[in-house]
Amino acid sequence: MNEALARLPGLLAAHVLLSAAALVLALAVSLPLAVIAARRPAVARVALAAASLIQTIPALALLALFYPILLGLSALVGAHIPALGFLPSLLALTLYALLPILRNAVTGLTSLDPAVIEAADGVGMTPGQKLRLVEAPLAAPVVMAGIRTAAVWTIGAATLSTTVGQPGLGDLIFAGLQTQDWTLVLTGCLASAALALIADALLGLIALGLAKRRRLAVWIGFALLAGGTIAAALPRLLPAPARDTVVIGAKNFSEQYILARLIGERLTAAGYAVEYREGLGSAVIFRALAAGDIDVYVDYSGTLWTNEMKRGDVPARGAMIAAIGDWARREHGVELVGPMGFENAYALAVRGADAKRLGLRTIDDLARVSAGMTLGADLEFLDRPEWAMLRRAYPLHFAAQRAYSPTFMFRALESGQADVISAFSSDGRIAAMQLTVLADPKGAIPGYDALLLAAPRRAGDERFLAAIRPLANAIPVETMREANYRVDRDADKQSPEAAARWLQTRIRH
Amino acid sequence: MAMADAPAVRFDAVTKAYDGRPAVDSLSLSIARGSFVALVGGSGSGKTTLLKTVNRLVQPDSGGVSIDGEDVAGLEPHLLRRRIGYVFQNIGLFPHMSVAENIAIGFRLERRDPGDRVAQLLDLVDLPRDMADRMPDALSGGQRQRVGVARALAAEPALMLMDEPFGALDPVTRDQLGNAYRALHERLGLSTILVTHDMAEALLLADRVLVMAKGRIVADATPRDLLAGQGGTAADALVAVPRAQAERLYRLEHGG
Repeated sequence: MNEALARLPGLLAAHVLLSAAALVLALAVSLPLAVIAARRPAVARVALAAASLIQTIPALALLALFYPILLGLSALVGAHIPALGFLPSLLALTLYALLPILRNAVTGLTSLDPAVIEAADGVGMTPGQKLRLVEAPLAAPVVMAGIRTAAVWTIGAATLSTTVGQPGLGDLIFAGLQTQDWTLVLTGCLASAALALIADALLGLIALGLAKRRRLAVWIGFALLAGGTIAAALPRLLPAPARDTVVIGAKNFSEQYILARLIGERLTAAGYAVEYREGLGSAVIFRALAAGDIDVYVDYSGTLWTNEMKRGDVPARGAMIAAIGDWARREHGVELVGPMGFENAYALAVRGADAKRLGLRTIDDLARVSAGMTLGADLEFLDRPEWAMLRRAYPLHFAAQRAYSPTFMFRALESGQADVISAFSSDGRIAAMQLTVLADPKGAIPGYDALLLAAPRRAGDERFLAAIRPLANAIPVETMREANYRVDRDADKQSPEAAARWLQTRIRH
Repeated sequence: MAMADAPAVRFDAVTKAYDGRPAVDSLSLSIARGSFVALVGGSGSGKTTLLKTVNRLVQPDSGGVSIDGEDVAGLEPHLLRRRIGYVFQNIGLFPHMSVAENIAIGFRLERRDPGDRVAQLLDLVDLPRDMADRMPDALSGGQRQRVGVARALAAEPALMLMDEPFGALDPVTRDQLGNAYRALHERLGLSTILVTHDMAEALLLADRVLVMAKGRIVADATPRDLLAGQGGTAADALVAVPRAQAERLYRLEHGG
C-alpha cells in the first residue's frame, strides 16, 4: 500500500497536467465559438446541440471511442498517432468541457442589456473594442461560472482516463477497486476532490476579482493556477536521462497488476526505465501492444483465440498456443515470449463439502444435479461465448442464475446463496475456501494459458527479451493462486508490488 | 468633403422598411447648422428610425444622408459615430466603468489622453467633480442622464442626436435638464436633433418642430407658428393637448 501511495505525487502531477491542458484547449475552442454564436443564432443552435449531444455520451464510453477513432486516423494518414494515453484523454475531456463553457458564454453574451450595447455602438466602438471593453467584462461572471463547472467536471472525469492508459488519480481508484484496497480508493477520490475544490476556489477568486474590479485577486488566482500547473509540468520539462522506457500494460484485475510488477522488477533490474499502463480493457490491450503503445503484457490464450482470432474451435492447449504465436507474429509482428506456466480459465467451482457429499468431480457430474442448484456468475460470464460452449457440451439446467461482482460471487457461494460459481482457475480464493474446481472432460472451454507478449519493436531486442524470458513456464498455477490470494484476501492484504516480490522468490529458474 | 455652406444634416429620399412596412418613407429634409430641431410623433411614426440613419445605427434601404455635405455611407460607422453625440432614453452607461471612465470612453477608443476634460465636462453638465469615481449604479436617474450627455459631448461633436433623452425622468428633473441642455446647445454652437413624443417639450426647447406620421413629415414649422395654428391639422391635434393643459392651469390659478 505504501508503495502505491508513494506514486501519489506523480499521479497527481499527471492528473493536474491533463486537466489543465483539457481545460485550456476547451477554452481556446469554446470562447471564440461563443463569440461567433452570440452574433449568429444559427451557429449557436448547432454548436450547443452538438455540445449537449457529446455530454450525453458517458465519459467512459467517450474515452474508449477515441481509441478506434485515433487508430483509424493513424491508418488513414499513415503516421503513428498515439491512440492510448494522453491524446485520447485530452480530446475526450476537452469535448466534455465544451458544453458548460460554451453555454454560459453564449448566455452571458446574448443576455447583456441592449441599452449598453447600443451605447457601445453609439460612442463609436469597433466590434473588437465592443467585445473587449464591454461585452467580455460584462459577460465575465456568467462565463467564469461555466469555466468553474467545466474545471470541476474535467478533474473528476480525468480519473476515468486510467482506462485508456493515461496515468492519473484514477490509477489509485481503479487499482483499489479491483484489489479491494479501500485506502487506495479513498486516497484517489480525496485527492481528486481536493484538486477540484482548489481549482474551483482559485477560479472563484478570479471571478470575484473581475466582478469587484480587484486586479490583485485576479492576478493571485491566475498565478496560483499557472504555478500549480507549471509545478506539475516541471519534472517532465527537465531533460530526462536518456534511458529506454518500457511501458508495461495490465488489464483490470489483481493477477494482471501482480504480473505487471513482476515484469517491471525484472526490466528495472536490467536497466530499463519502466512505466505502467494499468486498467486497460480486454478489447484494447492487444491492439495497444500491436501499435506499440505498450511494450509488454500478459494475455490469455482463450481470450486471444476467441476475441482477436475469432475462432470457435477448441484445440488442445499446446496447439492453440503455437497457433497464436504464429498468428501474432504473422499478422501483427507481436512476439510470443512464452506461456507463463499457468492457466487462468473460466472454471465451474462448488463448495468442497458439496463435492464430496454429491460426488462431483466433473461438469458431467454437475449436470446430473444442476436442476436443484443456483449458479452464481460474474457480471459478464452469462454473456460470454464460454457459457454458450458449456451449455452446448453439457446438459446444464440450473434452478436459478444470478450475476455478482467477483468478490460478492465468492461470498454468495460461501453463504449458500449460490451453489456453483464461474471462478477463474488461478484465483487464490479457490484454495483458501477449499472449493472444488470441476473438470471439463469434453474440453468445452478453451485453454486460458497466460502468455507473455512483446510489442513488434521489442521482437528483435535481445537484451529486452533476455530480461523477461526467464518468466516463461516459471509460474505453476498453485503459486499464482497464492500470489493472487495475498492481494484478494480480506485480512492482511498485500499490495500487488509486495505480491510480485513474493512471486519473484518462487520462480523456478 | 465638408462644404462651408452645406446644411448640418441632409436627408435625401431616405426610405427604410421593416418587414415590408415602411418606417421612413422617401423622406427628404435639410437641417441648418446651429439649429435645434425637434422630431415629434407618436410611436411607430418613424422618428427614431430617421434619427438613427444619421449615425448609421440604421441603414436606409434607399436614399442617402449627409453631414456637412459628406455622405455618411462613405464613412466607417465607428469613425462617423465618434464625431456625433448620441444620447438616448435608456442612457446605456457602462455599468462596469466609473463616471470618469464612461465620460472619457471616446478618448480611450482613440488612445488619446483626456487630460482634464472629465472635470470640465462634469462642470458643463452641473455635476460635482468628486462624482468622477462613482459607479453608475450609485447615481440618480437625472445624474445618470447628465453623465450620458457629458459622454456624448466629450469628443466635442458639432452634431447631437437625442432620442427621448429625458423621457424616463421625473418632471422637475426633466425640465431642469432640458433647459440646461438648451443652454449648452447655445453656448457650444451645436446642431441638435431631438426626438420626442412630448409636444410641450418640443415647443419649449426647439426652434424648429417637425411632426412625423407614417414615415413622412406632416408638419414643419417654428413653435410660434405651430401655436398660431399654421402647422396643419396633424400638428394642431398635437399642439391642442399642451395648449389646453396650459389654459386649464391658467384658469385654475386665476379662478376663471
